[in-house]
Amino acid sequence: MARLFHFNMAIAVIPALLRKFTNGRERVTVRGRNVRELIADLNRQFPGIEDHLLEGDDLRPSIAVSIDGEIGPGGIIEPISETSEVHFLPALGGGS
Amino acid sequence: MEATTSNGKFKVIGTRPIRHDGVDKVIGRAKYGADYSFPGMLHGKVLRSPHAHAKIKSIKIDKALKMPGVKAIVTSADLPEAANKLEQAGEMAINPHYLSMNILARDKVLYDGHAIAAVAATSPHIAEEALKLIQVEYEVLPPVMTVDVAMKPGTPILLPDLRNREEGADKQTNVAQHYQFKRGDFAAGFKAADLIVEREFTTAMVHQGYIEPHNAVGIYNADGQATIYCSTQGAFDVRSLSAQVLGVPVGKIKVVPAEIGGGFGGKTTVYLEPLSVLLSKRTGHPVKLVMSRSEVLRASGPTSGSKMKIKMGATRDGKIVAAEVWMAYEAGAFPGSPVGAGAMTILAPYTIENLQIDAYDVVVNRPKTAAYRAPGASNAALASETVIDELAEKCGLDPLEIRIKNGVREGSPQVVGPPFKRIGYIETCEAIKNSDHYKSKLTGPYRGRGVATGFWFNAGMQSSASVNIHTDGTASVVTGSPDIGGSRASMAMITAEVLGLAVNDVRPSVADTDSIGHTDVTGGSRVTFATGMAVYEAAQDAARQLRERAAKLWEVKPEDVEMRDGMLSLKDSSSFEKGEGKPPMSVKEIATKLARTGGPISGRASVNARGVGPAFAATCVDVEVDPDTGKVQILRCTIAQDVGKAIHPSYVEGQMQGGTAQGLGWGLNEEYFYDDKGTLRNTGLLDYRMPTCLDLPLIETIIVEVPNPGHPLGVRGVGEVSIVPPPAALANAIYRATGVRMTETPMSPPRLLKEILKKRAAEETQSAAAD
Repeated sequence: MARLFHFNMAIAVIPALLRKFTNGRERVTVRGRNVRELIADLNRQFPGIEDHLLEGDDLRPSIAVSIDGEIGPGGIIEPISETSEVHFLPALGGGS
Repeated sequence: MEATTSNGKFKVIGTRPIRHDGVDKVIGRAKYGADYSFPGMLHGKVLRSPHAHAKIKSIKIDKALKMPGVKAIVTSADLPEAANKLEQAGEMAINPHYLSMNILARDKVLYDGHAIAAVAATSPHIAEEALKLIQVEYEVLPPVMTVDVAMKPGTPILLPDLRNREEGADKQTNVAQHYQFKRGDFAAGFKAADLIVEREFTTAMVHQGYIEPHNAVGIYNADGQATIYCSTQGAFDVRSLSAQVLGVPVGKIKVVPAEIGGGFGGKTTVYLEPLSVLLSKRTGHPVKLVMSRSEVLRASGPTSGSKMKIKMGATRDGKIVAAEVWMAYEAGAFPGSPVGAGAMTILAPYTIENLQIDAYDVVVNRPKTAAYRAPGASNAALASETVIDELAEKCGLDPLEIRIKNGVREGSPQVVGPPFKRIGYIETCEAIKNSDHYKSKLTGPYRGRGVATGFWFNAGMQSSASVNIHTDGTASVVTGSPDIGGSRASMAMITAEVLGLAVNDVRPSVADTDSIGHTDVTGGSRVTFATGMAVYEAAQDAARQLRERAAKLWEVKPEDVEMRDGMLSLKDSSSFEKGEGKPPMSVKEIATKLARTGGPISGRASVNARGVGPAFAATCVDVEVDPDTGKVQILRCTIAQDVGKAIHPSYVEGQMQGGTAQGLGWGLNEEYFYDDKGTLRNTGLLDYRMPTCLDLPLIETIIVEVPNPGHPLGVRGVGEVSIVPPPAALANAIYRATGVRMTETPMSPPRLLKEILKKRAAEETQSAAAD
């Protein structure tokens, strides 16, 4: 039962062009057990930022999420640990 | 020849067997897309725009339709409206609206060669003649050919509906996207710098240069099911993209990937595939379309031309303290250049505390760009690696020393923020530094040696594999990854290693979209990494089942059975005495008993691979420049690349050499010549000058193996990073040969000669003034 009320504190690293929402802050402490909850908390703290990260109920297709240096293929359902550092990056493709 | 391993740990991995598909390819039996033929098949041709930028006022097809032998003509009116929003498609994000507009132009044509209509006829010649009878009325508009022009206020707009978030919903624009990466305080960083180098670079748009043109055979059945045979890097992507364009469910299309004659990223999208289905649906016959070389150059690929401004500052001892980058890439007619990747790679090899990178994706009246081997990174490296070379010179440091001094290591932050895991950048620099090539003396006039380094992310993504044990103890391994660089051999080797079989006892094949689980493109250097991971797990699954069968026969628990080198035996720790009435059995022996022990064994795995290991490469090149013509002769070239673990070293070396050759061609000669109307003037390979064997020496390779901890076999991707350093290495070599810093590609004879003459004139003026 306690688990239901447990929220991890992680660090979200804000992309340069979205720092206008966070008063220029690059690193923000956020709560959440997964990326979805992290973005929701980010939006609670900095209203409007969510529109630049989400499209419908998923990450924008142009955005990838990196959790502790690993691109998370699960997108918004990727779990986050207490010490996670989460980066939002442009999604990209390769060629050979 | 006895097989050897590179480290003795593996029996098969690290050896160099002959590829399983080699014989078919050597004797011409391998079936490529254009080889497919079906009863009643029709032939399709595509009408293409002669204008770079024009409104389509009307299209009249009546006359062409009346021509004997013509069976159908389709235009964009026959395609459904596709959603105007980005969607994930394999490794790419695509906008179906723009993809559809690229397949067949709607209201406007946006580049010379833009498809307008497609004809199906009883022969290719009739179809070609029919194209001449289609009447298109245009309102010609001024072409917008460069990012400079496209970004200028008041410039003609290519896509009336294109907006970007910064300029707002009301502002029409040619700038599709702005990316920014920022760390520290670059202004303060420059204040702390003793030396600053600032330069501007321009790179020409280049083509992937695959030898086999695009092709597709579409068969639409009356039951609504369609099959496409084509040359592609990703059958599942062809399926999903074609479904988007045609407005049909994915499950209605089956894609059969043919053998592929090169792709290099250019065959990760669709051009002809939806048209083949559309024409087949209209006629009731299979329809084949094959591009000519001219069509390939006018309307497929390419990768972006670009403009970059870069400023870097260092302390006198060579520590880089600040960098500022502005870069704009041509996306072609629709958004989606690799400028984001360019921005994330341009400073990736270095730890720089203060940096800002601004990157712009800009539409121009050129073909829509497609992926090309480490998309966006070669352009970027030309700029950064040339400037770093100049900083090294000003600091009095060896060009490799400045790289090692500032180079990224495990734990260093990436440009995009997260720290690197175990990487081999320093090792690749050291490998070149210690190479016979770098230690050798280069003497003679107009000769110079240059080095440069490069980074590429590599990709993971989704892959599926199955490993089937046959009744004679051989096995087959099936994946969904089209084999471009010898991956079938690598997949067979991984299977053989896990099952303890000889590599020739494993038959690898590439399946169609109905016969294997979803598998993303052969791209992003991901096949040996991600599909290899799926194969490793599928083979482990098969091995587990083999142990269970042995346990059943021996009446023991499966955990009491072990499998080594193709032999199943009781573990020493098992409750039975070793060999007590249960002598070890080979896989071949137990395979004969499958029916009696539970039936066929099929190991399966699907992965969405994590643990991607980035790749670094360092290239050293020696050149000799003819001062009278500006022609550059490449004397010697060596590449060192961190590959993690080379499964099949020959094919790894092949990737290293292939990417290097393409990078050298990009740097020296390749470019599109558009006239002032935006018409492409070099539409053949005689005029689009790719390097031949006469232009290049044997490219020497040094495989560096820093195992990727994220892969069970230590594999990193190897297919792309080799193309990143060559243009910059050439520019640095040319500088040492001539004293001229080249900041524009290609560094072709006329362009280099112009700079040599400019330098000579400046020296003469200076000398005259001194007299």
